[in-house]
Amino acid sequence: MAELKLMKGNEAIAEAAIRAGVDAYFGYPITPQSEVIEYLMSEQPEHRTGMVVLQAESEVAAINMVYGAAGTGKKVMTSSSSPGISLKQEGISYLAGAELPAVILNVVRGGPGLGTIQPSQADYFQSVKGGGHGDYRLYVLAPASVQEMADFVDDAFEMAFKYKTPVLILSDGLIGQMMEKVLLKDQKARLTDKELQERHGDWATFGRVGGRERNIITSLDLQSEKMENRVHRLMAKYKRMEEEDLRFEKIKCDDADYLIVAYGSSARIAQKTVDLARAKGHKVGLLRPITLFPYPKKELMEMTKQVKGILSVELNMGQMVEDIRLAVEHKVPVEHFGRTGGIIHTPEEILKALEEKIIKG
Amino acid sequence: MDIKDIIKPENQVYKKTDLMTENALSYCPGCGHGTAHRLTMEVVEELGIKEDTIGVAPVGCSVLAYDFMNVDMQQAAHGRAPALATGISRTWPDKYVFTYQGDGDLAAIGTAETIHACNRGENIVIIFINNGIYGMTGGQMAPTTLPGMRSSTSPYGRDVRSMGSPIKITELISNLPGVYFVSRQAVHTPKHVRKAKKAIKQAFENVKLKKGLSFVEIVSNCNSGWKMTPNDANKWLEENMLDFYQLGDIKIDGQLVQK
Amino acid sequence: MAKIRGAIVVDTEKCKGCEVCVPACPTEVIGMAKDVNGKGYHFAFMANPEACTGCSNCAIVCPDGVISVFRVKADE
Repeated sequence: MAELKLMKGNEAIAEAAIRAGVDAYFGYPITPQSEVIEYLMSEQPEHRTGMVVLQAESEVAAINMVYGAAGTGKKVMTSSSSPGISLKQEGISYLAGAELPAVILNVVRGGPGLGTIQPSQADYFQSVKGGGHGDYRLYVLAPASVQEMADFVDDAFEMAFKYKTPVLILSDGLIGQMMEKVLLKDQKARLTDKELQERHGDWATFGRVGGRERNIITSLDLQSEKMENRVHRLMAKYKRMEEEDLRFEKIKCDDADYLIVAYGSSARIAQKTVDLARAKGHKVGLLRPITLFPYPKKELMEMTKQVKGILSVELNMGQMVEDIRLAVEHKVPVEHFGRTGGIIHTPEEILKALEEKIIKG
Repeated sequence: MDIKDIIKPENQVYKKTDLMTENALSYCPGCGHGTAHRLTMEVVEELGIKEDTIGVAPVGCSVLAYDFMNVDMQQAAHGRAPALATGISRTWPDKYVFTYQGDGDLAAIGTAETIHACNRGENIVIIFINNGIYGMTGGQMAPTTLPGMRSSTSPYGRDVRSMGSPIKITELISNLPGVYFVSRQAVHTPKHVRKAKKAIKQAFENVKLKKGLSFVEIVSNCNSGWKMTPNDANKWLEENMLDFYQLGDIKIDGQLVQK
Repeated sequence: MAKIRGAIVVDTEKCKGCEVCVPACPTEVIGMAKDVNGKGYHFAFMANPEACTGCSNCAIVCPDGVISVFRVKADE
């Protein structure tokens, strides 16, 4: 039954996975998200729901275990953090190419290289521009709270199976490690093998049950015409995602003269900046993308009719700012502010940047 | 008696298994892959398990195995087949899950996946085709290329000082407790084919016992890579490959076979 | 005593002329045809059909599985 708890983001998403009826989780330790697999191992969900939890020998192995299980129609998930997600990119590209539903959580840490274990949003490009090789994108959800960390498991799997695609939940070390109230949903039953066979029997590889023709899971098309058709099929999905499943939130934008665009942790901090700015007489609003792909391009263009400038606030050296510029086509000035290296910017720092870079005149 | 009278349906003693598709095999003339494919599918047919069998093809010459094996198949990233098989087997514990991999796939890029799937004792069958070369990409040196053996990346013969000795991955994994059955066979003569089929059948039958991983290595030829005719390659295989990769059962019922 | 007579049928279009079946035959039945199939391969055929015992050696060693085997007891 639904329960209100005080939990870490990493643990909330693990519990939410069990309750969402996930069939399998394959993981590997890496700070700042090891609590996901630790929580799952301690809960022993095989006794609660029959869910499989396995620690792989590497992130590469883990994402390929996901691929195998996803290829049989099961609800499968993995999680890691930045360097580990880099290791998974080939596997994720295969999931996209083979059109397999799966959910990947990235609890982002400072980079590049071994970087730091402190929070960051410097994996934005990697997350929304495909990340691995070839023409593809991921549906990307960006939680800004422990509640959303939990809620987005269900949403992510809904998208994964609707579009038969890998879905990325892009969190960060801040949200993964902090504790907040979270309302956990009721237990959703896992599909029985029989239900799964009826629902996914036309593509999933669980054996030629009933003597049906064989199913094949592959991302290979040696004939270029076929490969182009496959890629066009992927692009059609992404277009539909934009039309049907784009999500964002607007806070105090109705009368805004200036706009902050921020997601995840930065969005929470920027809400305080909005209040600080308004206290000084600057009417500032916040647009929070919830899906980073598809991105709220039209909404941003619409806002240019009202605001004089946009500040992109990200825990990196400026990545999403490029997509904002693309969206608004220079109708208004678009600038960036962000600490990086694992440092979290403060509301006051953001306000100072907003005044200097955008309001200044 | 006239040939016409012999060739009648009731007299047929050998026919192609239905678990091999009608597609013409993409393999070079005389390549052992085709034989190993056929034996694997004959075993699946004879055990009556096609409704519960899922195969995982690698990257390499046998990347197109799913065009030929008439069972549910997945195509894995290079080296990762054992991880896919783990994912499948863990979520469908009663299914017959097998990987079919070449030497580069299993003993080079996929070494970690091979060793750890074996070490966890995954309830899967690994069929490992060892022809001492990367065939698909045009004949490069593989982890199992013999000392002095030429390839496109060891054109003067494998130099053990710089590239190390060939890896006996099969002996390596046979020491892992999670591994239940290990056999090394070949498919270049009828006698060898019959023994190879027996080993593959044993491997699939073990899946019911859930006592650990079954691993069958098939030492095979690569006519294009070795630049020999099929029969010459099979002779070379007998004199060179089988000297280094000795045939026979290596582990039965979880016990190493004492040589 | 009844003599076992055998015969093979080769799918000549799929045979790749690899000749692996030739040394596999214990009674030297198989030869390679002079003409070629659609792919330009000289295909296998029963050069010495009388000697075939239907033992299936050729069929089980054929990498492309193109040989079907027939066997019957023929009373001489």
